[in-house]
Amino acid sequence: MIAFMIRRLAQALIVIFIISLIGFAIKQSVGDPVRELTGISVSAEERQEFREKLGLNDPWYVQYGRFLGHTLQGDLGTSFFYKRPATEVILEKAPATLELVFVSSLIIILFSVPLGVFSAIRPDHFFSRLLMGGSIVGVSIPVFLTAIMMVYIFSIKLGWFPSYGRGELVMLGGWGTGLLTVDGWMHILMPSVALSSIMLPLFIRLIRAEMMEVLESEYIKYAWAKGLSSRRVWFVHAFKNTLLPVITVGGVQLGVTIAFTILTETVFQWQGLGFMFMEAVERSDAPLLVAYLMFVGVVMVGVNTIVDLIYGLVNPTIRIAGVK
Amino acid sequence: MSRLQTFRDSYLWYSFRRDKVAIASLVVLVLLVLMAVFAPLIAPYNPYDPEMIDIMNSEIPPAWEDGGTTAFLLGTDSQGRDMLSTMIYGMRISILIGIGAVALQAVLGVLIGLFAGYHGGRLDAFFMRAADVQLSFSYLMVAIFLSAILQAVVGVARFGEIAIPFLILVIGFSQWPQYARTVRASVLAERRKEYVEAARVAGFPSHRIILGQIFPNTLSPILVLSTIQVANAVMSEAALSFLGLGMPIDRPSLGSLINSGFEFIFSGAWWITVLPGVLLVILVLSINLLGDFLRDVFNPKLYKG
Amino acid sequence: MAKLLEVRDLVIRFGLRTGEVTATSGVSFSLDRGERLGLVGESGAGKSVTGFSIINLISKPGYIASGEVNFNGENLARVSPERMRQIRGNRISMIFQDPMMTLNPVLTIGTQMTEVLHRHRPELSREQARDIALDKLRKVHIPSPEKRLEQYPHEFSGGMRQRIIIAIALLTDPELIIADEPTTALDVTIQAEIMDLLMELCEKDGMGLILITHDLAVVSQVTQNIAVMYAGRIVEKGPTSRVIAQPQHPYTRGLIAALPQSSRHGERLNQIPGMMPTLKDMPPGCAFNPRCPHVMEICHRQIPALRPGSNGNMAACHLYPEENAHE
Repeated sequence: MIAFMIRRLAQALIVIFIISLIGFAIKQSVGDPVRELTGISVSAEERQEFREKLGLNDPWYVQYGRFLGHTLQGDLGTSFFYKRPATEVILEKAPATLELVFVSSLIIILFSVPLGVFSAIRPDHFFSRLLMGGSIVGVSIPVFLTAIMMVYIFSIKLGWFPSYGRGELVMLGGWGTGLLTVDGWMHILMPSVALSSIMLPLFIRLIRAEMMEVLESEYIKYAWAKGLSSRRVWFVHAFKNTLLPVITVGGVQLGVTIAFTILTETVFQWQGLGFMFMEAVERSDAPLLVAYLMFVGVVMVGVNTIVDLIYGLVNPTIRIAGVK
Repeated sequence: MSRLQTFRDSYLWYSFRRDKVAIASLVVLVLLVLMAVFAPLIAPYNPYDPEMIDIMNSEIPPAWEDGGTTAFLLGTDSQGRDMLSTMIYGMRISILIGIGAVALQAVLGVLIGLFAGYHGGRLDAFFMRAADVQLSFSYLMVAIFLSAILQAVVGVARFGEIAIPFLILVIGFSQWPQYARTVRASVLAERRKEYVEAARVAGFPSHRIILGQIFPNTLSPILVLSTIQVANAVMSEAALSFLGLGMPIDRPSLGSLINSGFEFIFSGAWWITVLPGVLLVILVLSINLLGDFLRDVFNPKLYKG
Repeated sequence: MAKLLEVRDLVIRFGLRTGEVTATSGVSFSLDRGERLGLVGESGAGKSVTGFSIINLISKPGYIASGEVNFNGENLARVSPERMRQIRGNRISMIFQDPMMTLNPVLTIGTQMTEVLHRHRPELSREQARDIALDKLRKVHIPSPEKRLEQYPHEFSGGMRQRIIIAIALLTDPELIIADEPTTALDVTIQAEIMDLLMELCEKDGMGLILITHDLAVVSQVTQNIAVMYAGRIVEKGPTSRVIAQPQHPYTRGLIAALPQSSRHGERLNQIPGMMPTLKDMPPGCAFNPRCPHVMEICHRQIPALRPGSNGNMAACHLYPEENAHE
């Protein structure tokens, strides 16, 4: 277990290191901090002075070290557009995105597990076939298209749901949540369904495939030979073994979900990180881009590490022996 | 002739004839690809030719709607381009990028997988760690980021010109680990077999054993993976273009068409967004259905039921 | 008193996508209480599938097409799935071939043992079930069983796991144990140990045992009776000592001649030439005819019935008494 954790941790550090290098490279190449700070009406000498003062003439590794130092203290620079610390902007936008990801994860888990399990244990059932057919159509429709179609049908044509924004928010400390009001839920429903629209069929198929493979195994046959009830064989013997690979894939897919938040938030004008990111791209707001990159990178690495730990907890082979 | 006979007797052909869905998706896919390849001959207008575009014709609905005209069967977009022609040309770009990106990742991944798997040791360990690290990033995220940076660095206009090769590169480079892992797994399985041992003892150089003996045996997983990857690449390209980080609007792919039509959906001009969307889904769906069929045929493990 | 188990004319078929295949046909044998029977044959002969058919647990496309499996007079081939589940793991236990694959990797040994008792003896409390499990672990000589209950399968060696599986089989004091190649996957040094343990336990508690194996040597030490299977049919059956000493069917003779102790030191081992036909390309007539040293013209036309041979063994071969041929 300890060897396993150390390896995972080392990998996480490498990933964060690479992300920080990329972030640094972006900062170096996008936008001119001197011009952003001073405007255009400054002479060449004054510019040079500024560059010296900001340390822009130092060798790159010195600058990188400084960048890393600032980053570790939570200082990711000042957004060109908002004229505020980028960290502050990120923290202000994060709740919207996290709530969106939370609700759509909820949707994915609540539906994929029972549907995937059902279609694995009753592969010939009419409903399973329907589900398999439906899920392949589901994975073939891009998230943004689902989002657009939902806006067109449910907002424009039927007028059931609002097409943009987060609705009425309640402040809990610094966290503006939309999950405590009916209006907030009306607003979050469509974006979160759209966000889960590819992951849900993907997970149904994954759970089904893994579970069918497990059901073929010797230990399941043995469990039947012990005369256990179907419930026990399916939900205790088979399901726990199905979970292992699903957890691993789930961690990887979470990264994809973050990419999908950019698409979903763009369509629904959801004031979260993804929307902010696209705005920052349009405005060439380098500090904000870098801050987003670092934030997403750390969150992803963090989640992946947690997923690995959960995997270790579910899988006794890793928990005790420490071998993979 | 005997090759044809072998194919006819094969399990692949046997299953294919019995699978209506697979037949239908292959027919649809072949039709779409032919349309894309022969776009200049098939499309009624040339969407890249400013002479043929009249802004007065903008936002004409499809022929079957009120105000539609048979001159523009599927209507026109906000710039007055014929939707049908623009979609065919857009699909051409989507398919080009999809196939290009997959070809790139396949070549990279297969080579790395073959040699790392065959030689093992440090080289293998290094590449597999690299694959682990790369897979722990979301490739779409990486692609979005790289496109955003490049666009910011070179400017939107210049970015538009290099968009096709850039998209092929960025989607291609991000997905090699999929191939490398798949191929490596088959190589490890093949390497233990007698014929490889025999070739080695007979003194064949390793690259000849790898390419001549092992590679042919990894073809079916590569084929299955490639269909899935083409669908993924087309979807990724569409996502990037939808965000305005891919193909520019004067040379739109399906994704940029959907993007350009999105704002008009509120004013009722649904077709600018919906029609390219439908075409994109049909394209991706037919590839995915074929991929599913191939997976079932080549991996009968799931089929014993 | 009725036989413990009576299998009659069992036909098992597999519904493959490319067509139906018959795995066994006309298989009949019976077992008294406390009797140990060896079911012998090469892999693919249909012996495993016969064993699994007794508890109606043939892998998917396979099914019992016709025939009876009478267990204490109850035809298990026709009982409801629920009734079957009451018998499986309770009155008939199974021991599988590969102990490394048989135990569920994510559940503790304790869970995998007590769940059987909770299922079949719902009146037992947790503590009582645990005590029974401990008792059975001691019976199969597992040291410090209290600690072992909390452990997972990967913490045990193959031999230990097979002991645990035997202990699980004993939990409900069944009347019959079906052991499918119980020692094949184990180290040679452990094989004898496990086999002795199994025999000793069966003898002590008067349990019936069907031992499915390709290893004639093992069968000869453990069982009272033998049924030899070839290509889905029983070709010879009789008391173990007599089948070994005076085999009737050419196939059985070949098997015995192929045993290492049958050939003299320094000589080549005897083999039966050729391979067993696969289910899809059965030759007409007797399935053994391509490999048989005594093959006659009739062997290509007619499948021989199982008839009493000269010494009381039953054999399915045209070499033996013609007078019964028209029955």
